[in-house]
Amino acid sequence: MHLSQATRIILMVLCAGALAFLYAPIMTNFVFSLTADRFPTLPISGFSTQWYELAFGDDLVIRALLNTALVALIVAPLSTFLGFTAAYTDYRFNFVGKKLLMVFALLPPLVPLVVSGLAMLAYLSRVGLSGNLSAIVISQIVLASPFAMAIIRLRLSQIDGDLEFAAQNLGASNWRAFWEVIIPLTKTSVFAAFLLSFAVSFDEYAVTWFVGGLNETASVRVLSFLQSAVSPRINAIGSFTFVVSMSLILCAQFITLRRFSKEKL
Amino acid sequence: MQKPALSARRLLYSSFWVSPLPFWLTLFFLGPLLLLVWLSFWDVRNFVLQPDFQLDNWVKILSANYFWQAYGRTFLGASCVAAIASLLALPCSLAIGFILSTRAKLTVLGLFVVPFFTSYLVRVYSWQIYLTDNGVISNLLAAIGLETGSLLSSKFAMQVGYVTLTLPLVVVIQSISMLSFDRTLINAAYNLGCGPVRVFFSVLLPGTRAGLILGALFAFIFSFGDFVSPTYMGGGKFPTLAILITDTVKSGQQWPRAAVIAIVMIGTLLIVALTSLKLAYRRK
Repeated sequence: MHLSQATRIILMVLCAGALAFLYAPIMTNFVFSLTADRFPTLPISGFSTQWYELAFGDDLVIRALLNTALVALIVAPLSTFLGFTAAYTDYRFNFVGKKLLMVFALLPPLVPLVVSGLAMLAYLSRVGLSGNLSAIVISQIVLASPFAMAIIRLRLSQIDGDLEFAAQNLGASNWRAFWEVIIPLTKTSVFAAFLLSFAVSFDEYAVTWFVGGLNETASVRVLSFLQSAVSPRINAIGSFTFVVSMSLILCAQFITLRRFSKEKL
Repeated sequence: MQKPALSARRLLYSSFWVSPLPFWLTLFFLGPLLLLVWLSFWDVRNFVLQPDFQLDNWVKILSANYFWQAYGRTFLGASCVAAIASLLALPCSLAIGFILSTRAKLTVLGLFVVPFFTSYLVRVYSWQIYLTDNGVISNLLAAIGLETGSLLSSKFAMQVGYVTLTLPLVVVIQSISMLSFDRTLINAAYNLGCGPVRVFFSVLLPGTRAGLILGALFAFIFSFGDFVSPTYMGGGKFPTLAILITDTVKSGQQWPRAAVIAIVMIGTLLIVALTSLKLAYRRK
């Protein structure tokens, strides 16, 4: 576009400002997790790791972190599998109502979390599943699989749909063609979907809080800390969760976007 | 002879892929939502839920003043976020779409996506530190002679929280439509003598209308249902529908009334979404 130098600079500055707005709370969290003060103020009086020691010396926090890891390790592979089946369905098959089915599959993250939380709590407690880790796993899979589906569908859309049929014409069965054509081409995006669903599970706080009962994951523990009082312990746990989810997302992005940067956008 | 066997195998193959996600979602997503509708007609006797079919919950909620106040506040708040986040995202998506190099635009888009998947709770907690009295921002303002006191527990703070939540989404959605916009149209408009302002308003904005509306819609949806910002940025002083639900569920057994509120929320979002989609994809 023919933009004047001034317009370009203004747009770039505003864009940088928006990024600063989004990253400021993340950065301050790291800074304040390392202060010596009880209340986060500027200027910072000294450096200390006391909040990390306090946070990670807390049994509730450790138990929550173990729950988070356990839940995410079950949710991520199952969401990735379910997301894959839906993405592959959309790519490979044609049938009446497929579009509707795909919209349905993408719907869960768009329903307000308090609504899904209430609905799943009521439903799972009717069948005697609420208040334990399996309730958390079940509902997080609902929330995470659309993300896995989206990331794998994106990759499939770059693959020529005739490749599989060509393999079949050469005598391969459905499964063989799938195994030899689709798997090698999608395996990195499957890994990206795994990382993304892991991150979604890792950060989910609302539905987990509703259906989990007394079982807390790390993000629900943060919610409980928020409810009680201002505590720099949140900064310490927060910094830890930021590092984990940012690494997961950056890896997933790197894998997904690597291919795009070779093409023209 | 072989044909039926082949197509049976094909059917097996396709149903292996088609069925798992619909199965899971029907069981654990659609099922709960349908139960929610039924639940809204149930009764609570002696703190125990009783399956029933009575309109009491609907009458109670829909005739309650506090409900309609919360409804208006939530709807207005979400509309403000949709407008503010769209405006803030526009320069970003323009920069991503038309200024940055291919490599830079992917990096910047990536940077916008990351915060969406990092703990919203912790980011809201950090904003509390910024906005509280004696916090970073009021100290900075005091240094230049502006005494503000606490900025927390205000509608302003709530908007900050909502924008924190929704801005990444809006930027990404807008950018997708900017990136797929046909550049030759812009050049054609220039060749026909349009200035940059006119190109922006008569070519680019109408051409990327779908992305702009979808971005605003997502901001609306996500802030409409958010309970974190009203609770921790608004200090609970401005109860929204989401707060009514969390309070009802966490404080007692009045789930049927919470279910009524939840259904009204879903209904509202459906109407808003269908209207926006119609606006976004309407042909002239």
